[in-house]
Amino acid sequence: METITKKYTFKDFASDQEVRWCPGCDDYVILRAMQKALPEMGINKEDVVFISGIGCSSRFPYYMDSYGMHGIHGRAPAIATGVKLANPKLSVWVITGDGDSMAIGGNHFIHVLRRNIDLNIILFNNEIYGLTKGQFSPTSLVGQKTKSSPYGNTQPPFSPGELAIGAQARFFARIGGNTPKEMTELFIEGQKFKGTSLIEVLQNCVIFNDGCFTQFTDKKVREDKQLYVEHGKPMIFGKDRDKGLVLNGLKLEVVTIGEKGITQEDILVHNAKEQDPTLHQMLVRLEYPMVTGVIRSYDDVTLEEREDAVTAEVKRNSKFHKTDDLFFSGDIYQVF
Amino acid sequence: MVTTQSNKQHEILEAVIIRFVGDSGDGMQLTGTQFSGTSAMFGNDIATFPNYPSEIRAPQGSLYGVSGFQVHIGSVEISTPGDEVDLLVAMNPAGLKTNLHAVKPGHTIIVDTDAFTKKNLEKAQYESNPLEDNSLENYRVIEVAMTSLTKEALKNVAGLDNKSITRTKNMFALGMVYWMYDRSTDHTIDFFNKKFTSRPEIIEANTKVLNAGFYFAETLELIPNSYTIAPAKMPAGTYRIIMGNTATAWGFLAAAEKSGLELFLGSYPITPATDILHELVKHKHFGVKAFQAEDEIAGITSAIGAAFAGDLAITTTSGPGLALKGEALGLAMMVELPLVVVNVQRGGPSTGLPTKTEQSDLLQAMYGRNGESPVIVIAASTPSNCFNFAYQAAKLALEHMTPVILLTDGYIANGSSPWKIQSVNDMPEIKNNIVSKYYDNWHPYNRNEETLARNWAIPGTPKLEHRIGGLEKDKVTGNVSYVPENHEFMTKIRAEKIKRVQDYIPEISTEFAEEGDLLVVGWGGTYGSLHSAVKQVNEEGFTNIGFTHFNYINPLPKNTLEVFSKFKKILVCELNNGQFAKILKINFNKLELLQFNKIQGLPFGNSELTEKFKQLVK
Repeated sequence: METITKKYTFKDFASDQEVRWCPGCDDYVILRAMQKALPEMGINKEDVVFISGIGCSSRFPYYMDSYGMHGIHGRAPAIATGVKLANPKLSVWVITGDGDSMAIGGNHFIHVLRRNIDLNIILFNNEIYGLTKGQFSPTSLVGQKTKSSPYGNTQPPFSPGELAIGAQARFFARIGGNTPKEMTELFIEGQKFKGTSLIEVLQNCVIFNDGCFTQFTDKKVREDKQLYVEHGKPMIFGKDRDKGLVLNGLKLEVVTIGEKGITQEDILVHNAKEQDPTLHQMLVRLEYPMVTGVIRSYDDVTLEEREDAVTAEVKRNSKFHKTDDLFFSGDIYQVF
Repeated sequence: MVTTQSNKQHEILEAVIIRFVGDSGDGMQLTGTQFSGTSAMFGNDIATFPNYPSEIRAPQGSLYGVSGFQVHIGSVEISTPGDEVDLLVAMNPAGLKTNLHAVKPGHTIIVDTDAFTKKNLEKAQYESNPLEDNSLENYRVIEVAMTSLTKEALKNVAGLDNKSITRTKNMFALGMVYWMYDRSTDHTIDFFNKKFTSRPEIIEANTKVLNAGFYFAETLELIPNSYTIAPAKMPAGTYRIIMGNTATAWGFLAAAEKSGLELFLGSYPITPATDILHELVKHKHFGVKAFQAEDEIAGITSAIGAAFAGDLAITTTSGPGLALKGEALGLAMMVELPLVVVNVQRGGPSTGLPTKTEQSDLLQAMYGRNGESPVIVIAASTPSNCFNFAYQAAKLALEHMTPVILLTDGYIANGSSPWKIQSVNDMPEIKNNIVSKYYDNWHPYNRNEETLARNWAIPGTPKLEHRIGGLEKDKVTGNVSYVPENHEFMTKIRAEKIKRVQDYIPEISTEFAEEGDLLVVGWGGTYGSLHSAVKQVNEEGFTNIGFTHFNYINPLPKNTLEVFSKFKKILVCELNNGQFAKILKINFNKLELLQFNKIQGLPFGNSELTEKFKQLVK
């Protein structure tokens, strides 16, 4: 990206299209958070590209006044990879849902993370298929009753973060769909990260899966049920800031500061930049508290950097500068 | 180095077909390639075709592990690798057994007698040794103990293990064939010197064995005379031997340079298309971005992304891969981005015959998508003109803002022929529809009035921010639109855009006769077979048979019906069950068409074609 030459406000990123999500949907929050985050990123508007697959979330690009492509089921990571490889200067965002990226696009999802190309993925997870009107998704819970599981879902769910880190994601963050301020910050963090950043938004579906995350995200319980981690800071949570995480053997344990001789110094300090993903995986898996914020942010070589290095080396050593040099090389002969 | 100083009588031949066969580790592809290269440099026209098993390395000596390389060289125009061979070089019994049927009776077979052991004969399912049971009495069999002679020739070369020694026996065979056809060994010795620079003992060994084979043939009384094939009358210029897949890859390199765009390839390995990927990944120095994707769908969708971002984007595949790309191809059609999809056809359906040739993906290319989804479909017809059609596919995609499917097939993709090298300077201009500045009333679906191509605004361009997608869009603004009349309008304009390509492609012409009793019609990779068969019957006096060949299938050339109407009978020849004939019938429903179809995973044979033609004009 070139240095910014213009100053933007969120309005600059709102397209003239009428937003058509259900009233009360968290998608509005995500849209506004993105429109607020982009002016903070120091990117020219014409360098921003949104690529989506299919689903409610995937209508997102239409509502952004940037470049965008509404693609096909699950393929946004692959389309975005082509955009980024074609022009590495662009800021490329993948917009996807749990159905889109965990099911039909599962393959592209894991491979884009493995490669660590410099893209940003926003995963709208509402644990349901919304656009097709209410079937269970790969993140739906066992026993969940949906249109396609009237007697309860029998397929155990993926945890997107666990899957992502297993696929070598270097950046993973998670946030509730009703916390716009933190969400905006995470989008900015994701953009800053060199490599594939994945941000999972726990997004409520008011029509088909209402209240799916209320137990963590409701304003009344949020502080007690969520741990918002920050790199270099102790993992403390709770309304009274008295709960924290310690490592007990190979398990994370919730403790109370001031009880059983526990002091603030005993609480684990979050290291998002650690290469070893073991602790990050444990944080992702934790059921209580629900860990949000940037869980993993390990700086690694990107695909573009590897490609650039190889290309530079090849260019240095090649005797071919124009295609004619190649065509007229090797075993050629004259006919008179 | 050996030069031919033989004072024996040279019999002058017009053309000869030689096939080298052996185990997949015997170096038959190399042997064939060397003979072809030497002959080409001597000035012959050539056509080659390798034929190897679909297994990586089948068990030694087995019937299904036979690897072969056929070369057809001539002082006359050569348009196919030929079907019946004049000389078979068989390095083992399995090779002899599986290829004997192709040898013309009375013609020559060279065998390595050392390989005709009891064990190898059993593996080849011979009940008795064919060299001893008179079963080869209709052929001239030259029995040579090539393995022992090779060992003898190398007994004083230091630093070679037994395996390396035996491995050079293919050069003994090649040396013999060089002598028989009056070729110099220089080209091959040069090749050794370049290829094995760091291993002088290998250069020495191969050179010694090659010469040993040459001298052996010279002194062997079993070969009474040697043959000469004079140089062919080919247009003056600089040439090289090129494989179809390489030519395809180079056509795209040329198109990228000419158009000033960077080349992006998104691809997933599949036989027989993979060599295009193998070739393009080598050329990072030209700025080629060749991306090996996780699957076929990522191959094409990454290319769509690259096209959106302003690259000359292509994806390469074979039959089953095109099936997987179908949905994405529909998207590319819908968003009207330039994209070339190469389908190197192979035997289908499903996994079918992966290493064999067929033309049965034509209807898939035409219609294998949901909805009304027209794209340009073109087909290359020879190994060397894969270059031109790859270039043309890129030109049409960029100038008309549409996906183009380029069909080749296993036969021309793996085969090779001389290519009169074309400098990029001499290639036609490639325009594009890039819009680099905002203008009043700019919309992403504003169209060029003549071609109907939409303008191409690339991310990174200020003020042209826009969204495209697979949903139907308003004809002017490009915003999502479900208005019924708009959908009908858009469906028709997308069809009309492809139809108008007719104004930018050449008309068809006929060869041998402009009117008459029979018009032979073909398309794509069968050009060589059909052309030489029609030529032959013409020379036999059937001057009322014409030939026309299609490289442009959608849209069809403008004058198609006009050309057809000058003949009493029309025979459509295809390596499928009649797919192009169906397309012709859809376009010209009153046409009466005869069909000649072959669905054996094999190219057309000359005699089957000539018999059919003659029978129809009787």
